[in-house]
Amino acid sequence: MGYVIETIYFVTAVLFIIGLKRMSHPTTARSGIVWAGYGMVMATVVSFIHPQIQAGSGNYLLMIIAIAIGGAIAWYGAKKVAMTAMPQMIAIYNGMGGGAAAAIAAVELLKDHTDKAHAPSTGILLMAVAGALIGAVSFSGSVVAFGKLQELKFFKDDAKFRFTGQQKVNAIIFLGAALLGIIIAVSHSSSGGLITLFFILALAFGAMMALPIGGADMPVVISLFNAFTGLAVALEGFVLNNSAMIIAGIIVGSSGTLLTLMMAKAMNRSVSNVLFSNWAALGSGEAQEVTGSLKPMEPSDAAIQMAYAAKVIIVPGYGMAVAQAQHKIWEMSKLLIDRGTEVKFAIHPVAGRMPGHMNVLLAEAGVPYDLIFDMEEINEEFSTADVALVIGANDVVNPAARTDKSSPIYGMPILNVDHAKNVQVIKRGKGVGFAGIENALFFADNTRMVYGDAQKVAAGLIQGIKDLG
Amino acid sequence: MEIMKLVVEFFSPIYILMLAAFLGYEIISRVPVILHTPLMSGTNFVHGIVLVGAMVALGQAETGLEKFIGFLGVLLGAGNAVGGYFVTERMLEMFKSSKGQEK
Repeated sequence: MGYVIETIYFVTAVLFIIGLKRMSHPTTARSGIVWAGYGMVMATVVSFIHPQIQAGSGNYLLMIIAIAIGGAIAWYGAKKVAMTAMPQMIAIYNGMGGGAAAAIAAVELLKDHTDKAHAPSTGILLMAVAGALIGAVSFSGSVVAFGKLQELKFFKDDAKFRFTGQQKVNAIIFLGAALLGIIIAVSHSSSGGLITLFFILALAFGAMMALPIGGADMPVVISLFNAFTGLAVALEGFVLNNSAMIIAGIIVGSSGTLLTLMMAKAMNRSVSNVLFSNWAALGSGEAQEVTGSLKPMEPSDAAIQMAYAAKVIIVPGYGMAVAQAQHKIWEMSKLLIDRGTEVKFAIHPVAGRMPGHMNVLLAEAGVPYDLIFDMEEINEEFSTADVALVIGANDVVNPAARTDKSSPIYGMPILNVDHAKNVQVIKRGKGVGFAGIENALFFADNTRMVYGDAQKVAAGLIQGIKDLG
Repeated sequence: MEIMKLVVEFFSPIYILMLAAFLGYEIISRVPVILHTPLMSGTNFVHGIVLVGAMVALGQAETGLEKFIGFLGVLLGAGNAVGGYFVTERMLEMFKSSKGQEK
């Protein structure tokens, strides 16, 4: 039996690798997840005959019930969730994985290790404890991340969770958990009390770590927890001597770490900055004075300006997604394209809630991906654009990032929207962006503000273009 | 010979670890930004393999407490795998090129 299982696990690992490889290109991405899915189904089915599962333990029924319940809830959630809520959904599924890894460790640790013949080595127990710690942190941290992005009331106020000496308290909790874990592993203890305390500390640390972090930084944290879960799974894979878990876990751990660093870089934040500080603590100096005035424009006039433009670059932000305006914007773009206008979409790496999220939202509206361009690809083109249309984006087009050293977003790469001949900004009101700072772009001579709900404005733009015939 | 056996036992998991780590790095480093969110979701699905380990853990559970924790583990693991799959699939199925649309 063992050989069958090892062979299937090997095939699963290969399918995962091929799947991830295919997922890294838009044309093959869809098939990539299907390949990986086959691997998962094979590995799960074959695990029912795993030799480590005690024959006649009667736990098969429990196993099937658990898979049915967990699978059904997750399936329902995944089918129902709106595309804008995708980041928190990923967070919660990731947390479940971390929790599962911690549960594996808990079962291992609770077993009686006094029977010398079957006792695991101290090294194995150390790995079990490390995996449990990382998995539990990922679990509770991801639950908090979900709560924050879902904007549940309890989590809403980040400042509420900040207090002096927080880093020290967190460090003490972490060290306490780690120390307790080492004691459990070295002493081969299976004391329920110690193990419970260990898990309570680990879970508390995960929550404490994530609670003070603001919503804007959450993607980086979710990505980090994703890497954590991968690592926890790999560690428990060593404990169970399960090659599929080891390989898959390590791949996720390393790719997740790299993805986290890339995201943090795109947001002009370092990972430690995200974890151990907050926006409020940054941007100490006085912000540069913004001169000029806000010049409003009617949607009908904006429509005329775009209809006679040779090239329009659209810059969507999360505000567009919140207003669910992406379908209307694409409808408008199609009208412009039919008139012979060149339309392109420019995506900042952190547009939306995480890198690539905006691409998903545009894809949902039916925008083909070959009209969508990354910042590096399109930034040079703004100077040749007649109109740059900014919808619900703010900080990512703020020129202060280039010029104002006292600004909290100074140094962040931005879209060079201000180089376009005309700039139109669709905005709900006069408020400031996520970073809480004024945007000089809105006051520039070639900028016009189109105030209103993005969806209504987009409808107005469509009407305006249609009226021109 | 006993030493050789220990050395092999020590190094083989480390080789796996090293190669898999490089592989993960390679896969991600060539990905265009537009696919970052789906790919993060995809890797999230891949660590759903934890389900397999949770099944083994539940299969070994003897006491009521162990069974309860094992049950939770399988439930969470299944949630990770199933949820991860369907959100990733939903995102990826929307990626179409303009050529594909003009049918």
